[in-house]
Amino acid sequence: MNKSTRNFLAASAAISAMIFAPAVSANPIEEIHFLIPGGPGGGWDGTARGTGEALAKAGAVKSVSFENMSGGGGGKAIAHLIETADKAKTTLMVNSTPIVIRSLQGVFPQSFRDLTPVAGIIGDYAAFVVHKGSDLADFTALSNKYKADPKSVAIGGGSVAGGMDHLVAAMVMKAAGADPKAVKYIPYDAGGKAMAGLLSGEISALSTGFGEAIDLAKQGEVNILCVTAKERLAEAPDTPTCYEQGAAVEFVNWRGFFAAPGISDEKKAEYVAALEDMYETPEWETVRARNGWVNIFNGGEDFVDFLEYQEGEMKTLMTELGFL
Amino acid sequence: MLEGILQGLTTAVTPINLLMVIAGCMVGTFIGMLPGLGPISAIALMIPITYGLEPSTGLILMAGVYYGAIFGGSTSSILINAPGVAGTVATAFDGYPMAKKGHAGKALAIAAYSSFSGGTIAAVLLLVAAPSLASISLTFQSTDYFALMVLGLTAVAAFAGKGNVIKAILMTVLGLMISTIGTDQTQGIQRFTMGVPDLIDGISFLLLAMAAFALSEALMVVLRPKSDADRVKEMNAQSNLGSLKLSKEEVKEMVPVISRSSILGFFVGVLPGAGATIASFLAYGMEQRLAGKEKGKLFGTGSVRGLAAPETANNAACSGSFVPLLTLGIPGSGTTAIMLGALISYGIQPGPRLYLDNPTVFWSVIISMYIGNVVLLILNLPLIPYIAKILSIPSTILTPLILFFSLIGVYFVSFNTFDIHLMVLFAVAAVGLRLLDFPLAPMLLGYILGGMMEDNLRRALLINNDSWSFIYERPLTLTILVIAAMTLVLPYIISKASIWFINRVEKNMAK
Repeated sequence: MNKSTRNFLAASAAISAMIFAPAVSANPIEEIHFLIPGGPGGGWDGTARGTGEALAKAGAVKSVSFENMSGGGGGKAIAHLIETADKAKTTLMVNSTPIVIRSLQGVFPQSFRDLTPVAGIIGDYAAFVVHKGSDLADFTALSNKYKADPKSVAIGGGSVAGGMDHLVAAMVMKAAGADPKAVKYIPYDAGGKAMAGLLSGEISALSTGFGEAIDLAKQGEVNILCVTAKERLAEAPDTPTCYEQGAAVEFVNWRGFFAAPGISDEKKAEYVAALEDMYETPEWETVRARNGWVNIFNGGEDFVDFLEYQEGEMKTLMTELGFL
Repeated sequence: MLEGILQGLTTAVTPINLLMVIAGCMVGTFIGMLPGLGPISAIALMIPITYGLEPSTGLILMAGVYYGAIFGGSTSSILINAPGVAGTVATAFDGYPMAKKGHAGKALAIAAYSSFSGGTIAAVLLLVAAPSLASISLTFQSTDYFALMVLGLTAVAAFAGKGNVIKAILMTVLGLMISTIGTDQTQGIQRFTMGVPDLIDGISFLLLAMAAFALSEALMVVLRPKSDADRVKEMNAQSNLGSLKLSKEEVKEMVPVISRSSILGFFVGVLPGAGATIASFLAYGMEQRLAGKEKGKLFGTGSVRGLAAPETANNAACSGSFVPLLTLGIPGSGTTAIMLGALISYGIQPGPRLYLDNPTVFWSVIISMYIGNVVLLILNLPLIPYIAKILSIPSTILTPLILFFSLIGVYFVSFNTFDIHLMVLFAVAAVGLRLLDFPLAPMLLGYILGGMMEDNLRRALLINNDSWSFIYERPLTLTILVIAAMTLVLPYIISKASIWFINRVEKNMAK
């Protein structure tokens, strides 16, 4: 989301706690305070508010409240959570893949290790997209053209150079046996503008989220060359994976929650269980379907392992690309 | 297509949808009037409500809020120099001076008529050509956007009218410099953030505009208290504060301005990489050029044209931005991005097939825009005399209120206290600059166009492997740049040529 988008969503909601009437649950949590590191209206904001809504309506939590705190690419909220850790035992902060990338880049001094990772709850694969009239029929064609002359392939994305879209493009090219450093990455300030750039014909391909691409593909405006999943996705069985086209790499952009450092193991287990149980509720299904999110539960220790794996992979790549 | 339009018409005039247009316009106008709070805030507030509604109804409500907020944003620009929305910053250039002269009611009326005309003409254009306009949104590439921003920057001359060209240029450069603060897009490195994490995302345009205009204005009032004689003079000037009367002369002046600005605004709005703010600046600059020497000098001092042009253009652009949203599924602004999200949550995917697959949604939204503009006019005109009276509040009460709402407004966008500190800092600097007679509008122009100009230029260079050849290879880019060069050079040549011509004629006469 660009500068103007990161905006005020609901002042009233941010100031006053939204209290829903609990329905049924054996052992509801008293209170969860969601800390959102960006302004209202963005992806983080939607995830936190959607999760809070589902948990409260399903009766798993008695009261939920939300707080937006933007600044420093999310660093402000992280610092705040660490500083107030003693009092913030009921706080869950939403975050996503950029916490790993930005911490490596040194945008903020902390990393996920300074917090208590709770769970990754939703995810989105990345995808390579071309205009419907493009002469690149599949990913192999794209990677071959790239190998022949990297300068002839301009790959766009909706984030800055060295950001997620750029790294994914480099990662896939590397897996395809090409030079990741030569990627001619064209940054746009938002995903929508990058898509407009693709349709205007100034870039050959777009590195973007699969969720954003599939809707436009259904309208017949763009073709998805490949998706960064290991196996074909159930909701898009006709879309090939990068894996099967010679780029053995998997990438998923997750969104999940972190608690303050030093919370008790029981408290942490309680949050993990609450989020895991949320998957079964119709309330979550409503929120999930409304937003087109993909369930990928990754809780407790698994989440920490995953974060460490992703960090290692990103670090190698970013070092190779010269961003570190 | 006609069948679809009729279907849309019947949907748009159902009682519930009419109610939603009215409700949306009212809520939007109110939120837009609050300094700093714009359509994004307003629409985001509406989203939870729209979940329970039919897709057309929900979208009609959101669209109503959207142009209601743009409409309302002009009110705070005109009355207290505090733009409610980025798109109405240019409205303050002439609207505020006009209000200060005691013509607040007239200024608000001009804004209302301009908004109405801009919105209506754009809605007609949408109705006639929406599906086929999609290709226009896609003709512009980064090189063309770069050229468009250069053309926009020539508008700086519009601010030099009051005398000092050098000062106007210096302030534009200052704006360009401020726009470089933050993370550099093409290399991902931080520039001029001085290790302050809050500067990583750059400085928001609205913050800068509010600090430079609303806050510094309020501080000036404190710095330069009015003498009793001034106060009496002001009281007299305010006697017909609420009057909406426009002279025949003024109406005559407005008509061509409005028709030109609405078409310009609409097409700039259609471009996903431009938007209402750019449209208002371009229209302002264009009209200043076209106004001629005498009338052009009045820009910035309360000119009727200078107020009508940006107000028309921003509303037209607002409607224009629905073209890429509905026909391509591409949001050109933060507001339309939120609306896209809402559409998708209804299970409706905007794109080239929308008007075939969901004709009711497509056409009813467009028709509701037409209705919405009428509603806004009916709603606002009778209220103007009362709203204008805000200015007769003694400054001992009004000034603290302006300070309060400006600071709160900016805080509610980011929820970051750093923004408040930064705003006060900028406001103090702005007071210093004003005391030295530096105009602040060119700084905002440089800031908003400079950032986009740089991003697009560097994108163009990246794509073109660092070659500048696109300047002459792309006809569209070249055309826009030539127009930009002409707007700078032509007035000079014409005045020189006419002097030369007159001299020659005089010589001949002498013979």
